[in-house]
This record gives sequence, C-alpha cells and structure tokens, in this order.
Amino acid sequence: MSGFLSEVAEWFSEPGRWTGADGIFPRTLEHLWLATLPMIIAVAVALPAAVWLAHKRRAEFAANAIVNVGRAVPSFGLLILAGVFFARAGVDLRFWPAVVALVALAIPPIFTNAYTAIVTVPPATVEAARGLGYKEDEVLWGIEVPVGAPVILAGIRISWIQVLATVPLAAVLSSGGGLGQYVVRGFAQGPGARAEIFAGALLIALLTLGADRLYSVAERAVLPAGVSRLASEDVKAVASAS
Amino acid sequence: MTLAQQTVPLFDWGWVGRNLDTIWDRTLEHLSLTGAALLVGMAISVALAALSLWRPSTYQPIAGAAGIIYTIPSLAVFALIAPFVGIGTATGRFIIAQVALIGYTLLILIRNIVTGIRSVPPETREAALGMGYRDRERLVRIEFPLALPVIIAGLRIATVTVVGLVTVTSLLGLGGLGFFILDGLRRSVIFPTEIIVGVILSVALAAVLDLSLLVLGRALTPWVRRGAAR
Amino acid sequence: MAEDPMISLENVSKIFPGAAQPAVTDLSLEVGRGEFVTLVGPSGCGKTTTLKMINRIIEPTSGRISIDGRDAMAAPAHELRRSIGYVIQQVGLFPHRTIAQNVGTVPSLLGWEQDRIEARVAELVEIVGLDPVMLSRYPSELSGGQQQRVGVARALAADPPVLLMDEPFGAVDPIVRKRLQDEFRDLQQRLGKTVVFVTHDVDEAIFLGNRMAILNIGGILEQFDAPETILAEPANEFVESFLGGERGLKRLGLLPVTGAAVERGPFVDVTEDPDQAKRVMEDHDVDWLGLLDQGRLLGWVDGSLVDRIPLSELEPRPFLVTLNSDSTLRSALDAVVTGHARVAVVVDDGAYLGMLDLEAIAEEITE
Repeated sequence: MSGFLSEVAEWFSEPGRWTGADGIFPRTLEHLWLATLPMIIAVAVALPAAVWLAHKRRAEFAANAIVNVGRAVPSFGLLILAGVFFARAGVDLRFWPAVVALVALAIPPIFTNAYTAIVTVPPATVEAARGLGYKEDEVLWGIEVPVGAPVILAGIRISWIQVLATVPLAAVLSSGGGLGQYVVRGFAQGPGARAEIFAGALLIALLTLGADRLYSVAERAVLPAGVSRLASEDVKAVASAS
Repeated sequence: MTLAQQTVPLFDWGWVGRNLDTIWDRTLEHLSLTGAALLVGMAISVALAALSLWRPSTYQPIAGAAGIIYTIPSLAVFALIAPFVGIGTATGRFIIAQVALIGYTLLILIRNIVTGIRSVPPETREAALGMGYRDRERLVRIEFPLALPVIIAGLRIATVTVVGLVTVTSLLGLGGLGFFILDGLRRSVIFPTEIIVGVILSVALAAVLDLSLLVLGRALTPWVRRGAAR
Repeated sequence: MAEDPMISLENVSKIFPGAAQPAVTDLSLEVGRGEFVTLVGPSGCGKTTTLKMINRIIEPTSGRISIDGRDAMAAPAHELRRSIGYVIQQVGLFPHRTIAQNVGTVPSLLGWEQDRIEARVAELVEIVGLDPVMLSRYPSELSGGQQQRVGVARALAADPPVLLMDEPFGAVDPIVRKRLQDEFRDLQQRLGKTVVFVTHDVDEAIFLGNRMAILNIGGILEQFDAPETILAEPANEFVESFLGGERGLKRLGLLPVTGAAVERGPFVDVTEDPDQAKRVMEDHDVDWLGLLDQGRLLGWVDGSLVDRIPLSELEPRPFLVTLNSDSTLRSALDAVVTGHARVAVVVDDGAYLGMLDLEAIAEEITE
C-alpha cells in the first residue's frame, strides 16, 4: 500500500508535471474550457427556446420527452460518433467533436427543466402579472423566469455535472480530454501506469467536485430573493419523473 | 490512430451480417452488467433508504455521500478503484465496473425511494394506523405500493443511465455494446459501422428496458391511471 | 343611466374554442361611476369570464366593451390593464419581490419616480390596514388575509378608477372574510371607485353591492338591480331559488334599524313628576317605564314602583336587548327572538334613540 502511495506522490512531484506541455495546469484549464464552452452554448440555445415554448404552452410532449431521449443516448457513444464524423471531415479532433457532443448532451436537462419551471409557475401569479399590465415578454422574463429560477438552475446543474463527467472521455479520441488523458493513457499502458491512472482520477474527482461546489455558490448568488432554493440532493434528479 | 479514409463506408451491412453472434454476445454482456448493477444498487438503496426513513438524521450524510459518487465521472471512479483491485483479471475488471455502476445508481434510487414514501399523504398513514396496521406492515403493504410510481420513475432513470455508462466500461475491456464503439475507433482505420451499431443498439436497449419498466409500473399501480381518467 | 356609464358591455358574447355552448351569451350591462356592482350566479354562469373580458384577460368573441367612454379594444391590452385594478382569489403576489415592490408594480410600469412610488406605497399600506413593517417582507412570510390586503393595495396603487375583483375573499377563513368585506365596503365608499365584483356567495353580493347582476348558465342576465329590490321582487323562479331560503330575512338584513318605525316609547327623564310618568305609562298601555338622564338611557323600572317616590331614587334595570344605531332590522329581530324580549332599545353611544317592538318590525316587512 505504502509503495503505491509513494508511487503516486512521485508521479505528482515529477518535474514538469504541473506546468509542462502535458502538465496538470494546462490540462485543468483545457478540461474547464471543454466543459464551460458547451454549457454556455447549450444554455444560450436551449433556455430561451424552452422558456418561450413553455410560455406559449406549445410542444409539451416533445419538451418532456427530450430529456428521456437524451438520457438514453450514451454520452460515450455520442462522443465517439462525433469523433468519427469530424475525422472524416478532416477537422482537429482535440476540440470540435467534444464540443459538439457535449452541447448535444447538455441541452436535454436544461431544456426540460426550463420548460417544466415555466409551466409550473402558479397560474394566479401569471394572471396577476398580465392583469396588472405587463406585456407578454415582460411576464415571461420578469415574472415566470425568476419564479421558475430554482428549477431552471437545477437543470443547468444536472447538465454541468454530466458535461464535466464526459469531458475526460474525450481523451479516447485524441490527445485532448483535459485531465482524462492521464486515465485513458494509463489504462492503455496497463498495470505499470497505475500511479498515473490513480493520480488522474484523483485530479478529475477533485476538479469535478470543486466545479459542482462552485456552481452551488454561484446559484445562491443568482437566485432571486424570496424564491426558495431546491435542496441539493433533490437537484440531482429533478429532471422530470416521467 | 489515423484519420479515416473517405473510402471506408459509413455503414457496412455486411459486417453486421457476419458478426451477428458477437453482437448478440455483447448485448447479453451489456444486459448482465446492467442487471447486476441495478439489482445490487436497488438492494443497497432500499436498505439505505429504510435507514434514512427510520433515522431521518442519516438522510443528509447518506444522500451527500451518494451525491459525491454521482458527481465523480465514472471513468475516474474506475481509475480510483482499479489500482487496488487490479485490471489484470476478469473478476477484477468486473468488480471495478460494478462498483462504479452501482455507486452511480445510489443517489437516484435512494432519493426516489425516500421521497416516494414521504409523499404518501399523512391521512393515509393515519388511517392505516387507525385500522390496526403495525409499522412494518404499513410500510410494506400501504406506503410502499403508494410510493411505487416515484420509485419506478427513479428506477427507469437509473436503468437508462446505467445502460449508457456500461459503454464506458469498454475502457476496462468489458463494455457490452460499448466494445464495438471502442473497437471501431481503435482500428488502424476507423470503422464507423461498428461504432454506429454500438450506439444504436445501446440506445435501443435503453429504450426497451425503459418501456418495460413503464409497463411494469403501470401494471403494478392500476389505481394511478384510473383515477386520472375520471 | 343619467350620466354616461363607467363600464358598458353591449351584446358581448364569448364562445371558447371547442365548447358546445357559449360561456357568455349576448350580455348587455352598464356600470355607473362609483357604483359597486356584484356579478353572481351558479358555476358556469360566465361571471368570471365576463369580468375577465373587461380587462381583456379573455378576449370577447363578439360585442363591444367600453370603459370610460373608450372602446376596450382600442388601446393595446397591457395599456388598458394598467388603468384598471385587478384582484383575484389566489392573489398572485410575486414571490420574488418584496411587498413594497409588489404594491408598487403598476406605478413602476407607468414610470413614476421612485419617491412618488414609495410615498404611494406607504399611503396604500395604511389604507388597506397593513402594518408598514410588512413592506420589506416577502409574500411567503404573510398570512392569507394579509396577502389579500396586499393584493387590494397593489390593485389600487396607480389609483385606477375601476377595480375588477374575482372572488377575492374566497380563499380565507370566514372570520377574516367578514372583516375584509366590512373594511372593503367602507374603503370603496370612501374612495368612490367603480367596482365589479364576482362572487358565488349570494350573501356576500347582497352585503357588498349597490346593484347585483344575477347571471344564469351561459351568461344570461336574469336580473340586475339593487339587492333590496331583487330580494323583495325576484324576476323569476331561477332568481328566487338562487337567492336561497329566508329571502325575507335577508332583505331585513339590508334595512337599517333607524329607518323603521322606531318610536319614542314610554320613556321619561328621571326628573319627571311621578304622576306625569304614570300617565305616560297609561298612554302607552304598558306596565313599565323607561328612564333617561338628559337623553342618556338608564334602564327601566316596574310600573308598580312608580308612585310617590321620586323617579331618581328608583333603581332601573337594564334592557335585555340593546341595539346600536347602525344595526339592521334583521339583527334587531334576531336579538329580540334570542333575548325572549318584546322590545329592543336603540342607542347611539349611550344616547337613547328610540324603541322597537315586534309589531314595528313586522310593519316594516309589509311596507
């Protein structure tokens, strides 16, 4: 046991391990970038669409079904498929397949939660808003969205966790995948690389848990006052009990 | 890994025809990995949920721990356990895969079981008490059936997710249908057919299992739909 | 209507898509300025639909609605609504805003300066009877009755001439409801707002409105008149059965005690000469005497005690039934029946106003 731990410690203290080309810092940044960019795109695409459709009460079936369909598609498979298509197009595999696959992965929970959030705003609140003289878009963005904020943010969090969990898998496609590269490479090399495998996993775990925590903090800051926050365990699986 | 040549067809039906038995084997492997994980996961979750219901103060730490396992990417979970169990043996690989898969189901199942039982209306509970049901009887015969819809919803989510996660175990040498995904990628010239077969079949498998659970759920809870139909 | 009406509905109809019958059929109705009109009727009579067509929450299928002389369809809906107060049963307070922000919603929409909004909000909170401490709280921290008051304040914020209310007091318990009804009635009288008030509770309608519009299923107007008139002369069987039992008593509930044949009765000042007092008793043909002290009621004494002793030395007994001057004939009747008495005295803060007996009340009924 102690032999193993010292191997791991050795791995961490190797020169260039932290800041080199293949180092922990640049890989962490890559990991975060590969997670954040798809999230931004997914939110920009899914949120306004979901919220608008929900306000108009359209596409109800599709809105609820999308998260179930999304869940059935294995993220790993999606990533590799994206890799295949981009490879045929001759594009750099370090970036595009991951981003495209991750956006596709992130959209369903964001969409379904945002839709549900708007649809479950108490009708009296919406009617009062209209009755007082808010225009339709003011009702949506000034009243429905803030009131639905906890559920919307819960959906984004689900996607965030999912995306963070899939980024390491991109390492299978190329030399990317952020911190996942250590693990995938390690597995390919066999038992000898066990220190690298473990160290990589540790870093991934810490990064992911930290990013989730960061989201929690940000969520609290963003949530409008007076609207209660969903308990954190409930967050993980709010995306529709079909 | 080299870039795919344009000459490799996107989908080769011939390959499918030639490898039907491998596909079947891998599908069975996929099913067994999924089934094992869900069975054990359900057993553990029921136990932990019962504990949380009996001693409410334990719910937070239990859900918290399950949440941590859920958040950590499955790949990392494999890698954290692998050095200790060893990826050299088939058993070792199986255990590593199962630990991660089971761990992943815990949060959803525990949360849904607890929420399901807690959402049984207090009046119903009281009526049962008033009629003479003892605590354990009441739990099994009244509360559990009433909590079924929520529990099954959680089970469906867990099942579909596990089916997806099993594909990642291909990195450990298992993978079920995920084997094709990785194999198609790892060839000297990327072979899309395998990858596509792997993805489509695992989606199909997830859909079939999801539907089956839906039907099972409806069969077990006839009161739900009849009430709504009125 | 002598002057032009505040709200006018002309041949208004509403058919919801896919519905077999219209919700509102060719309804014509006028509400005068400062009037308090209640819309009542059974479920499905279209009263809420009618209300919601006035501020275009629901758009009419046909017909014309004008408010203050202007066609409701002329301006964009949201502009129209900013000039109409709207209160609904579940209130619909915005949970993510403080009470102050909720109340100040329409003034904000209209672009008032912050100071003016704050001053108005403070004023309103007092008018509706809320503790100013509530202003910085969130709706979830308030009780049902308090939330309802905020709803009314919010509707009044921009000082609209018209208020539309849809069963606003339905969701609170009866005691709170009674208080809200009393206070709101006073408020409306003070502010002079034109109010259209929907309720399924006929007693609430009778109590609150100047005029009641009784609607039948499909939005058919059966009768539209002052409650006393409807109670005395229901237009048809439907109205009669809708008014419910004890129609006569309900009508009595609208008649003030001071309007009735309240008479002086055998009451004299304590300084009166005993012989004169005896003559008063004879005139009224009673065996008791009521005593006053400079207009203030003291009580009554048994007639046999009135002889040579000065009246001021007698010990008067209190009356079994004493009524305030703002009581109704119905409560007078109830008091007399409950108290096993034959007479009731009417008093205004101690000062004696007069006496009522069962005969006087009966006369009022047949009036």
